[in-house]
Amino acid sequence: MLQALEGSQAIARAVALCRPAVVSAYPITPQTHIVENISKLVADGQFDCEFVSVESEFSAASVALGAAMAGSRAYTASASQGILLMAEVLYNIAGMRVPLVMTCANRAVSAPLSIWNDQQDSMAVRDAGWIQLYCADNQEAVDTTIQAYRISERTELPVMVCMDGFTLTHTLEGIDVPEQEQVDSFLPAYHFKRALDPRNPTSVGTLVSPDHYSEARHSHHQALLKAMDDIIAADQDWGAICGRSYGGLLKTIGDPDADIAILSLGSVLGTLEAALSEMPPERSVKLIQLRSFRPFPAEALRQVCADLSHIIVLERAIAPGSGGIVGLEVLAALSSLDKPPRVHNCAAGLGGRDIPMEILPQLLALADEDRPADFQVIDVVLDRLPEEDR
Amino acid sequence: MLEIRIHGRGGQGNVVAAYLLAAAAFEVKRYGQAFPNFGAERRGAPVVAFVRIDDQPIRRRNQVRSPAFLIIQDEALLHVPGVLDGLKDGGGILVNSHHSSTQLSEQMNHDIIALPATHLAQKILGRPVPNTALLAGFLALTELLPQQALSQALTHRFKGAVLERNLQLIEEAAQQVPARQWNHLHTEEHHHAASA
Repeated sequence: MLQALEGSQAIARAVALCRPAVVSAYPITPQTHIVENISKLVADGQFDCEFVSVESEFSAASVALGAAMAGSRAYTASASQGILLMAEVLYNIAGMRVPLVMTCANRAVSAPLSIWNDQQDSMAVRDAGWIQLYCADNQEAVDTTIQAYRISERTELPVMVCMDGFTLTHTLEGIDVPEQEQVDSFLPAYHFKRALDPRNPTSVGTLVSPDHYSEARHSHHQALLKAMDDIIAADQDWGAICGRSYGGLLKTIGDPDADIAILSLGSVLGTLEAALSEMPPERSVKLIQLRSFRPFPAEALRQVCADLSHIIVLERAIAPGSGGIVGLEVLAALSSLDKPPRVHNCAAGLGGRDIPMEILPQLLALADEDRPADFQVIDVVLDRLPEEDR
Repeated sequence: MLEIRIHGRGGQGNVVAAYLLAAAAFEVKRYGQAFPNFGAERRGAPVVAFVRIDDQPIRRRNQVRSPAFLIIQDEALLHVPGVLDGLKDGGGILVNSHHSSTQLSEQMNHDIIALPATHLAQKILGRPVPNTALLAGFLALTELLPQQALSQALTHRFKGAVLERNLQLIEEAAQQVPARQWNHLHTEEHHHAASA
């Protein structure tokens, strides 16, 4: 049954259904309502866990790491500057190959200060060694949170569930909150076989000489690549229980034989989907929702792009001095196709700028150019800038 | 799909109003979506929230630029640039005001209905929070959703004396606007005419 819930409220309930024993968090907009709702569930006796309020995001991640390493299912959440303050610990969590799930309520990064949505924060830690899954709506964020624990515990890799701040976290919509029995049947009681145990002391994450470091990094990379199978399986298995699945690594929407595709991540897919039905373009277009950005599903992407002439990659972040982030990886992945499509790359909606449905024709116009133009911020208003900055 | 924009000031329960209205849609097996356009989060500052109601799941997440209705929780906001922007031709504006609807409509050259929501809230809730009274007035004017759907949405959000008083407040507020006056404004014919 659909319940009208704010995204953050729904995520809090999803986390509780997964029964983590430890939740550690420090509030930051737009993540705050998630941990606030979790603390309410704990205070009301509806969620039995150790809720640890800490003094910074560095500590939030550290407490979650310690809890996970001690064998507890754990959870944390953050956004923006909080993610950056966690960055060192995020690398440690991944490098120690600790199962952990966190939510990133995607938000822009300072300076200039912006509390609003883009995906610069999670993109900044894309190489920390975490699995990163991007959600298009709140129902997907709920289901992905539950799937994330399964993926994390099977792969012994941490999973960051990315949901657009405000656009999802603060939006009330209809959510089918799964039953506890459904989640319990999907997530068996947690047992971490490398849990720290004082009766059998071990050290982890300690100094590794050049003789071994490359192997540690290589195996971490391989573990992430192998995690693709677990991401697909978790989506299918959870789908068999609750009736909803999201395409595993990526999802295509619209005409599968289309000549042009628009690829993006997160909640903008919903607006693009509505635009396609409200203002159908003359050429057939499909949308590709990149659900898993880490691991990057190069082969799955090649399969859905093999017959395209053009692919337009819409970024929700920017690599200043280079341009696109996702676009470059798409370009690289598709380069081994016999006839790779042209890759057109742009960003929109930075720092919370509204992405209207009218962006659809603007995006498609990029494909009118046979030779892709340089990366651009497609909704920039150049008149607002002095001549030398345009 | 029907789109509504709610304007108010920080502390007036603007986001809660949007959430309640969208939540009420689910009570009658329709779909709702509500989200705030947060600016500086402080009391007294102008704030905006958006509501969509439809018979099918709502996919778009862009801001509402051309609402069919505006709900304005502070009369002074009528004069703030941008507040009336994008209102559909013939769209309705419900304003929290003790002035007469005729007077405001003539003054602003729009179809305005006034409801003294702060006054009613102060009388019944003991607090000057106009949001639920305005929602009840809005539903009475439009019959977009039954009043019962709003009561149920309130029951899911509040309890005890706050709930009881709010239920009393919405019952009284609903009677203070001309029933069904905007009934025709959200029918299919209207949408087709407006978009033609």
